[in-house]
Amino acid sequence: MSFDWSFIERNADVLIEGAKFTVSLTIFATICGIVFGTFLALMRLSKSKVASRFATAYVVFFRSVPLVQVLLIFYLFVPLLARLALDQRVAIGAETASYMAFAFFEAAYFAEIIRAGIRSVGPGQLNAALAIGLPKHQAMRYVVLPQAFLNVVPILLTQTIVLFQDVSLVYAIGALDFFGAAQRVVQIEYRPVEVYIFVAVVYFVICFTLSKLVMRLQTNLTKNLNQVGANT
Amino acid sequence: MITLLNVQKAYGAIPVLKNVNVEIAAGEVVVVCGPSGSGKSTLIKTINALEPIQGGAITVDGKNLGESGTNLPKLRSRVGMVFQQFELFPTMNVIDNVNLGQLKVLKRSKSDATKRSMEVLTKVGLEEYAERFPANLSGGQQQRVAIARSLAMDPICMLFDEPTSALDPEMVNEVLDTMIELAKDGMSMVVVTHEMGFAKSVGTRVIFMDKGEIVEDSDKDEFFQKPKTERAQAFLNVIKHN
Repeated sequence: MSFDWSFIERNADVLIEGAKFTVSLTIFATICGIVFGTFLALMRLSKSKVASRFATAYVVFFRSVPLVQVLLIFYLFVPLLARLALDQRVAIGAETASYMAFAFFEAAYFAEIIRAGIRSVGPGQLNAALAIGLPKHQAMRYVVLPQAFLNVVPILLTQTIVLFQDVSLVYAIGALDFFGAAQRVVQIEYRPVEVYIFVAVVYFVICFTLSKLVMRLQTNLTKNLNQVGANT
Repeated sequence: MITLLNVQKAYGAIPVLKNVNVEIAAGEVVVVCGPSGSGKSTLIKTINALEPIQGGAITVDGKNLGESGTNLPKLRSRVGMVFQQFELFPTMNVIDNVNLGQLKVLKRSKSDATKRSMEVLTKVGLEEYAERFPANLSGGQQQRVAIARSLAMDPICMLFDEPTSALDPEMVNEVLDTMIELAKDGMSMVVVTHEMGFAKSVGTRVIFMDKGEIVEDSDKDEFFQKPKTERAQAFLNVIKHN
């Protein structure tokens, strides 16, 4: 048999539409994950028992439930709860449900990464920041968190790549991502081998380029943190 | 200016400060010494409320650190602190390290802060290193930047926690010289150190601690010529050999 790649052009519209959703969901979930995750990490490490228990429970819950399940919860139960509470129909749709589910789900994972980053910064740094009179929140913001993030850039990237690939799970609630679009093309064209090879290549190129870019970014960001020359 | 009254502190069941009483007046240069584990570092960290205490009271500039209404960040900004491991902020260059507290705590403008930073960096002899990052400075230079960072806040007193013990021997003197100059300018200082040369040249008073207690608290000359206790005498004999 010979390969026939002409399906790409014929189905460019649906593939691009799927790819757009995959990329925008990845970006949205990464940003929300890092922002909410930072707050969750700070809550987990805070002295307040209420805050740290809430954050711990949140992380444990979302890490114990499969992502597909979380998608279904948002797709099915949120409208149901809304109807019970507000007594009116609220349909949030597959795409909105995906955005919400990923934001909540990823926050739990990013929180753990950022917590590890914060703990990697020695207590002396916090003390030094407090000693010049910064209140705790400013000491965290200006001194501890920047170092914490730099220390975990490679792990944040790994999580983003995992999340990027996990987007394909939105098929479970009927949203159309890049992988879903490819499956649709398979059904139309009966060319599963070529389509899945094409999909694999696209995923590989994107993940590979992303990881190269982030590694270069990290080298640039940390160049001032590492010693140049040997003057101890 | 600084008063510690019956201060008690323990890590779990292990007492680290037992009923400590000290009063430090403006202009004094107090050297705190003693064997390791005697509570010296803990003592000066309590003055800046970086270590909580379980009993007694600490007053700085008339304000009780333990009272609920006390603005701890503001009080800390008035007391400089220099750490054993320098603790410069590695993500910022020298000038940003020295500017940070002035901008965020004292609310100085960027240009005022930079002007003051350059003054203090000149004072420690590092004005040409303003754009460098801490990783590209020697240990001695980093510690002098740390001193400048504290000085820029115009503190009423400076605390030093073994400022030279993490340094290579050839860098100890540049830091000590900077501290001696500060003392000569009339800065009030509390210095935890084993550098008895520093104590002899600019110290006004020596506190000797052992096992969480203040064993001796005397004028410098008295301490070095005829220490009152055997423990201090034994400590001085050991130190002399170094």
